[in-house]
Amino acid sequence: MTYLRPQFRHPDSPVNRLGYTRQHYEGGLSTLCAGCGHDSISAAIIDACFELNIEPHKVAKLSGIGCSSKTPAYFLNGSHSFNSVHGRMPSVATGANLANRDLIYIGVSGDGDTASIGMGQFAHVVRRNLNMAYIVENNGCYGLTKGQDSATMDLESRSKKGDVNMYSPIDLVKIAIEIGATFVGRSFSGDKEQLVPLLKAAVSHRGFALLDVVSPCVTFNNHEGSTKSYAHMRNNNDAMPVDFVPMRQEITASYDAGTTHEVCMHDGSVVRLHKASEEYDIEDRQSALQAIHHHASQGKILTGLLYINRDGEELHEALGTARRPLNELTEKELCPGSRFLDSINAGLR
Amino acid sequence: MQAKHAVNDFVIKFANVNGTGSASANGMFAKAIFRMGIPVSPRNIFPSNIQGMPTWYEVRVSEAGYLGRRGGTDIMVCVNPQSMAKDVAAVDPGGYFVYDSTKPLDLRMVRDDIHYIGIPFTEICLREYTDARQRLLFKNVIYVGALAALLNIDFEILKNLVEDQFKGKEKLITPNIYALELGYQYAHEHFECPMAIRLERGREVAKHIRDFDQILMDGNTAAALGAVYGGATVAAWYPITPSTSVVDAFDRYCRRLRIDPGTGKKNYAIVQAEDELAAMGMVIGANWNGARAFTATSGPGLSLMGEFLGLAYFAEVPAVLIDVQRSGPSTGMPTRTQQSDVLAAAYASHGDTKHVLLFPATPAECFGMTLNAFDLAERLQTPVIMMSDLDLGMNEWMSPPLEFDDAYTYDRGKVLDGEALDKLDERFGRYLDVDGDGIPYRTYPGAHPDKGAYFTRGSSKDEYAAYTEDGQAYVRNMDRLLQKFETAKELVPEAKIKLAGEKPTEYGVMFFGTTASPSYEAVEMLEKEGMALDTCRIRAFPFNTEVEDFISQHERIFVIEQNRDGQMRRLLINETAVRAKSKLVPVLEYDGLPITARKIAATMRSYLREAGVVSLSDARDARDGLEQANS
Repeated sequence: MTYLRPQFRHPDSPVNRLGYTRQHYEGGLSTLCAGCGHDSISAAIIDACFELNIEPHKVAKLSGIGCSSKTPAYFLNGSHSFNSVHGRMPSVATGANLANRDLIYIGVSGDGDTASIGMGQFAHVVRRNLNMAYIVENNGCYGLTKGQDSATMDLESRSKKGDVNMYSPIDLVKIAIEIGATFVGRSFSGDKEQLVPLLKAAVSHRGFALLDVVSPCVTFNNHEGSTKSYAHMRNNNDAMPVDFVPMRQEITASYDAGTTHEVCMHDGSVVRLHKASEEYDIEDRQSALQAIHHHASQGKILTGLLYINRDGEELHEALGTARRPLNELTEKELCPGSRFLDSINAGLR
Repeated sequence: MQAKHAVNDFVIKFANVNGTGSASANGMFAKAIFRMGIPVSPRNIFPSNIQGMPTWYEVRVSEAGYLGRRGGTDIMVCVNPQSMAKDVAAVDPGGYFVYDSTKPLDLRMVRDDIHYIGIPFTEICLREYTDARQRLLFKNVIYVGALAALLNIDFEILKNLVEDQFKGKEKLITPNIYALELGYQYAHEHFECPMAIRLERGREVAKHIRDFDQILMDGNTAAALGAVYGGATVAAWYPITPSTSVVDAFDRYCRRLRIDPGTGKKNYAIVQAEDELAAMGMVIGANWNGARAFTATSGPGLSLMGEFLGLAYFAEVPAVLIDVQRSGPSTGMPTRTQQSDVLAAAYASHGDTKHVLLFPATPAECFGMTLNAFDLAERLQTPVIMMSDLDLGMNEWMSPPLEFDDAYTYDRGKVLDGEALDKLDERFGRYLDVDGDGIPYRTYPGAHPDKGAYFTRGSSKDEYAAYTEDGQAYVRNMDRLLQKFETAKELVPEAKIKLAGEKPTEYGVMFFGTTASPSYEAVEMLEKEGMALDTCRIRAFPFNTEVEDFISQHERIFVIEQNRDGQMRRLLINETAVRAKSKLVPVLEYDGLPITARKIAATMRSYLREAGVVSLSDARDARDGLEQANS
């Protein structure tokens, strides 16, 4: 990590539609190791929010515990943030979202935080289709406690000490698709071209958006024999390019029609995916699972937008809550007053 | 053998099989007495089972207004052959045993010191009904009818109750009234009615009952109404006996009261979480974001919420938790009562934590304290735990009516909204104590474009919410939290002190929650025997000055509670200025049934005798002695 932050900003730094420069979306100085994949993801989140013209104060950042969960301190300084307890960010996010459905919720978690201690809450926040972007910074190990294997470490992947992992891995992407996630993507912290549009799509999605981002741990899991290293990802990433075209913007780039899939989001923006094959239908659960399995069987990691269902009801729709945020309701609207209580008392005599 | 005489003062117990519909018939029996204007306190003593196990319903009638358990049984209504031997043995000498005489009574069940009243319930049902389910259900109604004759219950009131109960299902009214008449007639034809133990309308009842226009309701429903009135919009919970009916009732009232008139959409959200951890996480998330949110649970759930409660304490997020206590540890006895979460709640979580606790003793207090809990939680920015229990939560209690003052407004605590942030010139310090009460200002997410955002975390931080491992900053923060707890003493409900005379008595008595009713009764028993005792009903933790003063003014104090370890006593030793542990004398019950007045009186009496307190008359020993108190 560096202790010095450059103060100089180019006077002609581009501004977004709100008149903010990218700097407006930055956070504190990172305390992670130099070269950590997580810092690239923080940078991608900054880019995505800047380009999406999001007002930082309309975002709530949530996390659990671990290296990944520290990162909300490193982007969007103007947002409220909640670094909760280990593996329990989904419940805090659920409560926060129930209280105010108008904010944008970005959750950052890790593979230990989500796939081990937080597996239960993860499964249920997926089921509830909570409207949030949930980013797993997945490095296959526990960084803050010095490199123990996590549940996402691949079978026979080697730890830094040389031990071979003999436990079957948990693939969050497959589980999420299986139990009803409505937006599932995988990416690589070293592929900003793909990650930034994916993040924008995840934030724009109405419902639960999972992004499983392979984010190598340079200190404990970046060696030969690890399937979560930079080298392994660079050699084996079958990346499907993703474009995010904001609402009201003309679509100009052209791809091969057979393998291009366009999805119109609820806010009018368009996500365009350059697919791995013609048969792959990212709006079909089985097809998505098949494609993921197929690439894995060849030792490859398929990345991009893997599955989307735009018609799922997010939690507020399922519950039937009113459009107005619950935290804006006034005492007058909430408290029935003494006359109603008199009728309650009368009924109890 | 002499028949026991008693007017408006007895204990009747029904021995039933659970899942047979006895609860509604028994409820009707108690409510009829209530409507006759005679103080009554019914209690379900039920198994952790849905169908087929023994279950009891105990009704105490007391014109003196004693609503706690007395101990002993004057009339046993036996509808369950499974538990008959135990039920026969439980009747006080001179009492009555009402049984199904369709088959002759097993001679082993015959005692020569009690009266037997045989009514052929099964035979009547077989004669009158063909459907098996009807035979089962109407048996309950028939015994209520018979008891109406035997005990002198106003039959018109019973008829009205049937009409109330089946409003909307009118065709059930006539057959139910007919079943009541079947029992009533049989009893009238075969026994001298009413019996020596009986009810009489219009007699003088205790002043504290007479002074209020009493209602009959359970504490869980009252707490749910408190949450509605307190403006809770988010409830997250996990099903657990005996707290489940809190959220059930909240749901029921919200469906009536919280539907947006324009759209028909809900102005509330209830989520059944995957476990209690998640339930508490949701409550914290919602409160953090400016909504009032609560959960309800019992002991095992409280344990699971421990980590989150510590986070809320340290990160200073309001939260309201209704803990309806049951018998622990572990799964313990899920359908039996206790007050055994006191220490676990007071210090829930690792590290130095302390939580604000409230101890309601009546449904009216369940309502008022839940309402107040939201104010306290937001004012103090910390979890507030309402310590109810199974006895209060799931049984119907006579209570003063629920009260709400329309002039009252919510205390949302120290919050800087967008406007206030706009005017703020200095740097916003989320954990900065600007006015000495230990409570900082907070902001809601999204309040202002460029002021007031901060990082909430369970890690150590400075006054401006910035992460720090500086020991001094940590100590400053922890000390401020302690200061905040001092502030809480001024805000929580005061203890209720009753002095026997002008000068403090030598011995005092302390209790809380459902232990209050039988304790007051036990104190009156001893007073009649010549031993006056001052009492202090604790209503909150942290303990306020009334509690401190009470302890310092008395030589010895009985601390009455329903757990094995004397948890409140230990909390008092820990958290007050009391010097000698021996000053606080434990009086305990932890068999899962509500503590009885007889047990309390007997325990205090024997302690006082041993201590050589002479003023105690020796007139009563055998009858109200320990053996009987333990029955």
